[in-house]
Amino acid sequence: MARLSVDLCGLKMKNPTMLASGVLDETGRSMVEIAGAGAGAVVTKSIGKEPRPGHSNPCVVELEFGLINAMGLPNPGMGEYAGEVRTARAAGVPVIGSVFGGTEEEFSELARSMQEAGADAVELNLSCPHAEGYGSEIGSDPDRVEAICRSAKRAVSVPVFAKLTPNTHSIAELARAAERGGADAVVAINTLKAMAISPEARMPILGNRFGGLSGPAIRPVGVRCVYEIYEAVEIPVIGVGGIRSGRDALEYIMAGASAVQIGTALWTEGPGVFKKVCQELLEFMDANGFSSVGDMVGVAHTGRA
Amino acid sequence: MFTVVENRPETRTSKTMLFEQALGASPGQFVMVWVPGVDEFPMSVSYAGDAAGITYKVVGEGTRALARMEKGDMVGIRGPYGRGFELNGTSLLIVAGGLGMAPLALLVERACEKGLAVEAVIGARSADELLFVERAARAGAKVHIATDDGSRGFKGLATELAGRLVARSRFDSVYACGPERMIAGLLAMEGIAHLPVQASLERLMKCGIGICDSCAIDGKHVCRDGPVFSEKDLRAFADLGRTRLDPSGRRIPV
Repeated sequence: MARLSVDLCGLKMKNPTMLASGVLDETGRSMVEIAGAGAGAVVTKSIGKEPRPGHSNPCVVELEFGLINAMGLPNPGMGEYAGEVRTARAAGVPVIGSVFGGTEEEFSELARSMQEAGADAVELNLSCPHAEGYGSEIGSDPDRVEAICRSAKRAVSVPVFAKLTPNTHSIAELARAAERGGADAVVAINTLKAMAISPEARMPILGNRFGGLSGPAIRPVGVRCVYEIYEAVEIPVIGVGGIRSGRDALEYIMAGASAVQIGTALWTEGPGVFKKVCQELLEFMDANGFSSVGDMVGVAHTGRA
Repeated sequence: MFTVVENRPETRTSKTMLFEQALGASPGQFVMVWVPGVDEFPMSVSYAGDAAGITYKVVGEGTRALARMEKGDMVGIRGPYGRGFELNGTSLLIVAGGLGMAPLALLVERACEKGLAVEAVIGARSADELLFVERAARAGAKVHIATDDGSRGFKGLATELAGRLVARSRFDSVYACGPERMIAGLLAMEGIAHLPVQASLERLMKCGIGICDSCAIDGKHVCRDGPVFSEKDLRAFADLGRTRLDPSGRRIPV
């Protein structure tokens, strides 16, 4: 029978699924629940230096094929959040600490704090599309991506993942910059900058007006990004964007992802989505003669004339 | 969006807003109400079906804007969401504190329609804040009133009065909604220990659909696993009546 376990930059995962940052991860107990539901690893909410309430409501718009959110990086600040990381570690799966900052110094300081709190790896949020001065505003510049990765790598001994934005003309270029900066892996993609307007109210629905689109609608974009990145860098790629079934995960894996993250599907499928995706992956692997996830990574790049 | 057909005063401190559109909600479920340009917040459904509506207290900028709305104005409605109350047994005790009677009034009507015996303890700070007393009586419930200041009925907390009722009558189930400390107080009462309890909780809510974690309580979520929880969950919640999250995710006292 096929094996689902993967070794991602030294992180031992029982399966290739991870909880994506920003979903049910403001508290340690929620991450423990998600791990219990089958996630191979969990990524924390993106944490900054100071407490931040986030944008005013509405912070989500529900669409037929996805979700637009503008949470606005709400977080209690790294000092207080360290306790939630410690709680999450009881889950028994790798805990990846997501951090956001406005400067290299902030990123490296937060990365160090995450490591001290017990995070098994650090994910740099270079891609949130709806927070002024953070995320994609700095993460769409390859030079800054490289510098931030380099400074975070200097600050910690655990693996560093760079989460990249698709709101750019070349995500492969951003991935190459992250690799030059020493990132151990890249995560793609974050949400696509988006807006929804209520015709009756004659105004954008989100409190922040702009938000980020996630869910099934962006899966083809994410798969394309991972495919491009896989050809551009040597470091592992973690695929994320609209995954809610084993087949969705297979698209990312065959495009080149060594692991996948799941977020928005928690809305439509609930926490059971992790077990469902894993079960469907196993069934496909057994039926098609794949013995490990690694055997399938990037296979969509071969066999073409 | 939903069209307002009526926005009437209900008590001295609360109003009821009725909509033109129908809402197939079960008692205990909530909706996310968007006041364009102002805010969006969760509200218990107090009237379901064809003449659907919400009953609310003016507590901030958003509900102040809601209170100003008139017939013909529009609000955004997402939902209904969450798990409501389940009717179990034939003899029910309802315990409502303040606005907690909003979803429970709907439950009282459904229970009475099914021919169940319902006793309802309706509590408030004073007589002019008692919610849906006549509505519950009209539905067929035996109503007991408690006010903090003694201006009507029993002088004291709804939980104290409920304690006297369980000491002298047999109930199959207890249904509660009100301030979280009231729920915690109710669960701590000796006479309640052997009874099935369902209680509706209220927490800061942002998304309403089980993704943002703002309404987390011990790894469960008020918006999706609740807002109505059974006594098994309620008694296991270490955070109940103690801590909740503020908008930034900091733990603060309830």
